[in-house]
Amino acid sequence: MTPRWRPWLYLVPAIVVYGAFLLYPIGRSVQFSLYEWDGLGASEFVGLANYLGVLTDAGLRAAFGHALVLIAFFALLPLALGLAVAAVLNRARVRGLGLFRTVVFVPQVLAMVVVAVAWRAIYAPDGPLNTALTAVGLDSLTRAWLGDYTWTLPAVGIVGTWVQTGLVTVLMLAGMARVPREQYEAARLDGAGPVREFVALTLPSVRGEIAVALTLTIVAALKTFDLVYVMTAGGPGNSTTVPAYEVFQRAFRTGQVGSAAAVAITLTVLIFGLNLVINRLVEPREDR
Amino acid sequence: MTTRRSLAAGAALATAAALLAACAPGSGSDGGETTPVEASEVRTDLASLGEVTLTVWDQEVRGGQDEQMQRLNDAFEEAYPNITIERNSQSFDDLETTLRGALTGNEAPDVVQANNSRGTMGAFVSAGLLLNLDRYAEAYGWKERFSDDVLAVSRYSEDGVTFGEGSLYGLPQVGEIVGVFYSRSALEQVASEDELLSGDFDTFTDILARAADAGLTPIQLGNIEGWPAGHVFGPIQAQHVPADQVRALAMGNAGASWLSEENVAAATELADWSTSGYFNDGANGTDYDAAWSDFASGDGVFTIGGSWLAADLQDAMGADVGFYVPASADGTLATTGGTGLPFAVTAQSPNADAAAGYIDFITSDEAMEVLADTGNMPVNQTAELAPADGVNADVFAAFGAVTTDGHLLPYLDWATPTMGDTLGATLQDLIAGQATPQEAMQQLEDDYSAFTSGS
Repeated sequence: MTPRWRPWLYLVPAIVVYGAFLLYPIGRSVQFSLYEWDGLGASEFVGLANYLGVLTDAGLRAAFGHALVLIAFFALLPLALGLAVAAVLNRARVRGLGLFRTVVFVPQVLAMVVVAVAWRAIYAPDGPLNTALTAVGLDSLTRAWLGDYTWTLPAVGIVGTWVQTGLVTVLMLAGMARVPREQYEAARLDGAGPVREFVALTLPSVRGEIAVALTLTIVAALKTFDLVYVMTAGGPGNSTTVPAYEVFQRAFRTGQVGSAAAVAITLTVLIFGLNLVINRLVEPREDR
Repeated sequence: MTTRRSLAAGAALATAAALLAACAPGSGSDGGETTPVEASEVRTDLASLGEVTLTVWDQEVRGGQDEQMQRLNDAFEEAYPNITIERNSQSFDDLETTLRGALTGNEAPDVVQANNSRGTMGAFVSAGLLLNLDRYAEAYGWKERFSDDVLAVSRYSEDGVTFGEGSLYGLPQVGEIVGVFYSRSALEQVASEDELLSGDFDTFTDILARAADAGLTPIQLGNIEGWPAGHVFGPIQAQHVPADQVRALAMGNAGASWLSEENVAAATELADWSTSGYFNDGANGTDYDAAWSDFASGDGVFTIGGSWLAADLQDAMGADVGFYVPASADGTLATTGGTGLPFAVTAQSPNADAAAGYIDFITSDEAMEVLADTGNMPVNQTAELAPADGVNADVFAAFGAVTTDGHLLPYLDWATPTMGDTLGATLQDLIAGQATPQEAMQQLEDDYSAFTSGS
């Protein structure tokens, strides 16, 4: 009989890699978050003071608020758009579906920095967006999109929508393609219109895909860094700063490594928590 | 089930053990404590040092900057064949970010360009990562070569608490000055060049008002990055606030206050400029580079910026561009400026003699000629090396005049490690009318006083 420990032996390489590159860094981050450290000299143990800072510092609270706003643009809006586009495509069986799928998916393939640079140019005061608005007579709507205290966060969010919609659409298309055609035929024989068909048949069949899409896009929303870093650097004022940007600033620029680690850990917990909730709510249960 | 639980428990235990074994951050880097080399003699005869490889990290990446660095490095290697230079050049932003890691690692570079600011040079000094250059300054006669003001912005007390006096930690190659660039063709629509140059700061603001009335863009400002407005606020502040107070605020030394009447007056003037339409529309949403290139292509009478823009504006505008520093009512010239990033020697460097000799070489009188030759503004002998014409003639003359008779005031974001962010965000707030002058100065005061009170 093989000793009980032998199966574990096979796992050792994986556990070592996982531990060295994931568990250990996370553990160290937790430890750093309990210290006040400038990244250079000696450190001082401060207990939970850095976490208290996350709660009491108005600037950091605002950063988390901005990340939650971004969820609407990165996750909810793309989900709505993606579902609608996929349902139409799936129903109409349009010619050139492959091409269309590729086009919607392209933003996902581009490096986020490239996307950010391009959109920064689009939003420039004399950029294509304002030029287009002026051309159709909507001069009153033109503004410095990235220098406006009300509109800059949505402007950044819309870029997220543009990027994520493709991913969600492709996921939904894959899910819908799995539904047997007979079920649609049956629904139609029973007199269901397109809307009824969507609500009663399509939507429940893609529950799993919705859970996956929400998980991926919410994580993307909460860990947004490159868009903000390149497009606004957190401005104007501090109106678009997000937790991941604060982590970078504090850890590498302003010498507040402990605080940066506390923000990072808080963000990690938040991401896990939100996704746990999503999966409880949306994921189909085996036992149902 | 039990096995899974025991695995989880085992993993948790292992992690906890690893963490216990790991020491507190910043306490245990091997070799972090360097043995001071004080006892040994300073050696200035570089040829006798044997085979040495010097690792140099600089941020001289732009055209003329890169050219001067290459020429000086080649000349240095030719003069001292026993020394090889290994150059690592990255942009200012990249260098700022990577330097922290590099200096605390086990193989730090020998020579680094470290920003004068509290957040960079100040933090490095207080962590004992940079070499005190006083003995080399003595040996090479740097005090005779550089003006006191220039050396002051690379001086810290050994504990890093005081900025502006104490030991010398670096030497710069070039000078920088912030002033007013003007377009001659745009200016003549509202005022004569003579009126501008012979007038004072009030004349300047008067011309701004006339330009706004005439439907021109008085000042091009691209402030999406936040810091550019600091270069507009600095010269305004210099008109309102006494120089010694600006120095204390900008160097993060105790004893001044952002809430003084004069500072609030300066903030009010900047806010008024914004509400009076002296800036282009959407300045907070415009790229820095886009703004000066708009100015260069004819949109705007003025742009307020640093000497680093002169070469590009000259290329784009030719004889149309001029530069000057508005005088106060009593004739004093005061504006923001400083030096290029100083070159410093790391405390870890085993080649300190060669490193200091290298810094001496690239800041020598001959090096100043190479700098002027490649379109940079040498920090020494500026007036002698000024070009005969072009906007750089104006810039060199202004730097000479301000450093000898006026006040060259430090960059405001040097004050604290976080002041760069705070100042950028605050001035955006002020320009957008999101904060009153009083509120804006309170934001700056909070950052400044938190730092100076030692928290």
